[in-house]
Amino acid sequence: MRKTFEHEIQKLKDSILALGSMVEQAILDSVDALKERDIPRSQKIYDDDEIINQKRFAIENAVMIAIATQQPMAHDLRLLASILDVAGELERMGDYAKGIAKINIIMGEQKLLKPLTDLPRMAEKSADMLHRALTAFIEEDVKAAESIPAEDDVIDALYTQIYHDMITYVMADPTGIERSNWLIWAAHNLERVGDRVTNICERTIFIATGEMEEADVSDDEMTI
Amino acid sequence: MKNKIVIENLTLQYSDGTESLNGISLEIPANATTVLFGPAGGGKSSLLRCLNRLNDLADVESVSGRILLDGEDILDLKMDVTALRRKVGMVFARPVVLPFSIRGNLTYGLELAGEKRKSRHDEAVERSLKLAALWEEVHDRLDDPAIALSGGQQQRLCLARSLALEPEVLLLDEPTSGLDPISTSKVEEALDELKKQYTVILVPHSVQQAARTSDYAAFFLQGKLIEYAPGTDIFTNPQHQRTEDYVTGRFG
Repeated sequence: MRKTFEHEIQKLKDSILALGSMVEQAILDSVDALKERDIPRSQKIYDDDEIINQKRFAIENAVMIAIATQQPMAHDLRLLASILDVAGELERMGDYAKGIAKINIIMGEQKLLKPLTDLPRMAEKSADMLHRALTAFIEEDVKAAESIPAEDDVIDALYTQIYHDMITYVMADPTGIERSNWLIWAAHNLERVGDRVTNICERTIFIATGEMEEADVSDDEMTI
Repeated sequence: MKNKIVIENLTLQYSDGTESLNGISLEIPANATTVLFGPAGGGKSSLLRCLNRLNDLADVESVSGRILLDGEDILDLKMDVTALRRKVGMVFARPVVLPFSIRGNLTYGLELAGEKRKSRHDEAVERSLKLAALWEEVHDRLDDPAIALSGGQQQRLCLARSLALEPEVLLLDEPTSGLDPISTSKVEEALDELKKQYTVILVPHSVQQAARTSDYAAFFLQGKLIEYAPGTDIFTNPQHQRTEDYVTGRFG
């Protein structure tokens, strides 16, 4: 039975990685589509979020079957509980990408306030952190899981910068307030991705050590 | 939390040279369920049998160390073993009902102990059957032969028989190994109630039962105590690799 169980666990890990790369791609694409003002592409990202949601439910279902049939203990139990949690984190990150896609759709024919540079950097950084955090999660690499959350500062700094930029634009031209608000909202979504990457890192440490601790990162979204 | 039993450096050897327990030290709290678990031959049943001196009957070469029950060393040769066994009741894997009625099974021990008053017998019958979660099922047929009960009911009758003597400690050696899930669940629920009054020490028949029932759990391997911790810790985050390997089904 141990062999069957290990096979099940491997399949779950593969599913988490697959879900992770779908989310990673959705984050990058949503910002790229916004940058290029490609509305049909945003519409597709918006619709495809449903696939991410279904994948999450499939993982949850498989975890519950594994718990019911194998009655896992110790490390196995911590791993399965964490997979359940991480699947939820990924699904929410998918929602952030969907939110950014929606912004592009709502903007319609209106022009961007400025060509996007910081927002794509935020997207790349958060997608990269997510990728490495998931690799650390699957490999139970505690060292990586401990170091990744500190990089969230980069994302927070970009967020702060975008926020200040937008305030400056609005002060110069109050008619841009709505468009400015949309971009702040997109940046906010990416900032939340960074926070959830930190949660995945905490889970990795929990699986490996049994210790449940908040990563030592400032919770402040920005310093204004 | 009060310790009911304190085991100090207990070592036991059977005369065929196999060492069964090796330097065991363990504190067992009152009003809690402590489970002793691990693979076969690990020493858990041997330890259980030491606690009411049942090993006196086995081929034991030597015993050293101390087992303090309320501070009194039960391995002391001056110990009154009959009195000890009244204080420390035991239930085995297979229910052994006596060839009497349900009532007769419960009053037998009381009669042996010199209790002749019928009112006391009736009181003990009802009280012990209720504690063993069997009263509802048999109260209207107490004079039927006990052998007619189902396996699960027989096991609860054996539990009630121990309880009729009002012990302080209950030892259970795989008490549900032959029972179906519903009977198992009834026995486990009864134990959960019983621990409020007694000190319960259980050798479970599976790791899952150990996890379900334990307040404290001690993992035994080849005569040694490997790890002793609250049940909530040992099954979610064991500190020793051997415990981890055993509870996750990698060996055993």
